[in-house]
Amino acid sequence: MWLRVRCFPVLVVVSIGVAVPAARAQSVPAAAGATSAQADQAAAQALRAEVERLRQEFETVRRQYGDRLAALESRLTALEGTRPQSAPPPAGEPVQPAAPPVSVPAGGAPTTVDVPSGAAGAGGPEGSLPVYGNASALSKVFNPDIAVIGDFLGAVGRNTQAPGPALEMHETELSLQAVVDPYARADFFLTVGQDGSLGVEEGFLTLTSLPGGLLTKVGKLHSAFGKVNTMHNHILPWTDRPLMTENLVGGEDGISDAGISVSRLIPNKWLFLEATGEVYRGQSAVFHAPGRGDLSYVGHVRGYQDVTEGTNLDFGASVAYGHNGAGADTTTRLVGIDATFRYRPLRRAIYKRFLARTEMVWSRRSELSGRPQSFGTYVSGEYQFARRWFAGARLDYSDRATDSRLTDKGGSLLLTYWPSEFSQVRGQFRRTQYAEGYTANEFLFQFLFSIGAHGAHPF
Amino acid sequence: MRRFTGLASLALLVTALSVSTAQAKIIVVATTEDLASIAREIGGDRIDIESLARGYQDPHFVEAKPSFILKLNKADLLIVIGRELEIGWLPPLITQSRNPKIQPGADGHLDASLTVKILELPTGQITRAMGDVHPQGNPHYWLDPGNGRRIAQAIQQKLSARSPADAAYFAQRYADFDRRLAEAEKSWTVEMAPYKGLKIVTYHRSWPNFADRFGLDVIGYVEPRPGIPPSPSHTLELIQEMKRQNVKVMLVEPYFDLKTPNAIARDTGAKVVVMAPSVGGEKEIADYIKLFDYDINLLVTAIKQTGAK
Repeated sequence: MWLRVRCFPVLVVVSIGVAVPAARAQSVPAAAGATSAQADQAAAQALRAEVERLRQEFETVRRQYGDRLAALESRLTALEGTRPQSAPPPAGEPVQPAAPPVSVPAGGAPTTVDVPSGAAGAGGPEGSLPVYGNASALSKVFNPDIAVIGDFLGAVGRNTQAPGPALEMHETELSLQAVVDPYARADFFLTVGQDGSLGVEEGFLTLTSLPGGLLTKVGKLHSAFGKVNTMHNHILPWTDRPLMTENLVGGEDGISDAGISVSRLIPNKWLFLEATGEVYRGQSAVFHAPGRGDLSYVGHVRGYQDVTEGTNLDFGASVAYGHNGAGADTTTRLVGIDATFRYRPLRRAIYKRFLARTEMVWSRRSELSGRPQSFGTYVSGEYQFARRWFAGARLDYSDRATDSRLTDKGGSLLLTYWPSEFSQVRGQFRRTQYAEGYTANEFLFQFLFSIGAHGAHPF
Repeated sequence: MRRFTGLASLALLVTALSVSTAQAKIIVVATTEDLASIAREIGGDRIDIESLARGYQDPHFVEAKPSFILKLNKADLLIVIGRELEIGWLPPLITQSRNPKIQPGADGHLDASLTVKILELPTGQITRAMGDVHPQGNPHYWLDPGNGRRIAQAIQQKLSARSPADAAYFAQRYADFDRRLAEAEKSWTVEMAPYKGLKIVTYHRSWPNFADRFGLDVIGYVEPRPGIPPSPSHTLELIQEMKRQNVKVMLVEPYFDLKTPNAIARDTGAKVVVMAPSVGGEKEIADYIKLFDYDINLLVTAIKQTGAK
């Protein structure tokens, strides 16, 4: 900033130097021809016009200098930002300083812009106005990481119980992620559904530097209940969600609500152990709070242990409790356990992996007409047999939440092809036996594609 | 009750003491074994050093295991390769580490790439159609001993700032490492000198710094584009090009499948050399200097076998 300030006197001198001879040259013929008051007035007007013209010229010169200074400044900042901080290297090995990570456009960005002509006549401002924010192109460095993920689904076959469209742009997810300040980061996931409705799938602040090792999230969150509930659609190893999730844990939307999540590592010498406690407003696909005080609560404990360098076990237990909205004082309590076994040999990590996972959920609702206690589970396996190919299978079993006598069962076979990390094509054959005695055989297929920032792979 | 309080305070005192002696050692976590090895050279017995990735693992595709969170949680200093090499797995680990000391921008976060010589900085527009390009240049920069020295300097400065009392110790260890590295470099240069300008093919773009330092000419890659697995048409083109230019040496990293390289080798008469890109890539590669000892020995033997000059 000091650079620009220091240069102002120079600019003024330059502009005066230009303006004075020009004004004199113009004023001489005007004075010679002036004999009447009218002529004087005309001359004055001409002078005013001249002054105006000069002012504009000055403005242009100033702006040009401003632009060049901004460009130079940003280049300087970029160079300073990447200057080696080490002592001079030993002789014989010339150090080539790393080039700036971000290329700076030569022109820089204008610090002022002209008001369009005509605005003045309509009562608007004239001349040029300063531009606030984004004064330099380098400030774009602070833009969040942006990615868009498309999830296109198709279905073939008959299903009268839970029919889906033949083809749909199931979801478009926009993610915006960045560090907020030295103490926090923020992650937003906006989704547009097939009907065009825009929603905030998740949007939260993560406080990374709290004392006591507390990792805190505030905002709209997928609650930490089990495994599937935390996953976005594009991370799932299937095109759909298990019957257990559909029947008992709120389906695709799940327990996703505005709330606060606090988690902490539990130090011990045997394994990774993490406890999470969450409080939510109580409005989600599972819970409906009638009043402000009727919050819902989720608790989760996760254990993890490396068995060998290529295999590991991951297990968890979860509870969720809140009002279900069926009556004035009716609640739902969910208890879940999950276990995952992973195998991924380090030397062949990009070619081979296996994952087996199961989740079980017990749901207990206090309804006006009884206390249905339902159970649901799935068992799933996924095997990568070539660099781009995955095969998978899943078995489903789940009671309905409101009537545990009704039980749906199902099974799926899957094949996934990854052209690259950024796109995948998946086919799923799904057979579902609904409690009503109806059996649906379907073939589902999915295209997933993402552009933008390279997000981390979820574990 | 008083006796209990006394005992408790004694216990507290003992814990406090043991904690303070434990804290005397700087706990350092490095993302790769190369960084860990260099840090060990400088830090000696004043640091506890551990690496997240193994040397025979593709550093782009490390899994973000929760057991790594425990390591990062206790770290005083995290050393990363940077240039987006670890972008697929490290950021969530750092977020979940609950350790303000090692967050990006904090004092305990050292990006080793900031002071080194970076090659293959992309110019112009880059898109994912080019494969897994690294917009900030090739991240396999540690395969030039000159860069190893620069990494060592950066670590020496960081450790000295963290523990000024040990600055002389770190400086002395750096000088010793520098001397041994310079001696080794002399012999590597002599060994490689007869093959200056030798044309080679590599699987992934892991070796630009190595090739640059030892005068090799990389004319093609088994991957059609970085991170994209070999395709039949590209493989055919590569075979023709290798025949045309009489290329007899092909470098492959230990974590890639040898099927395509072997097929190319059969067709061209070239030799497949499974070079170690990192410390720990093979059992005998125990440190940074041994990495080059191993690779250059392997390479020179292979070149001699093919009769190339």
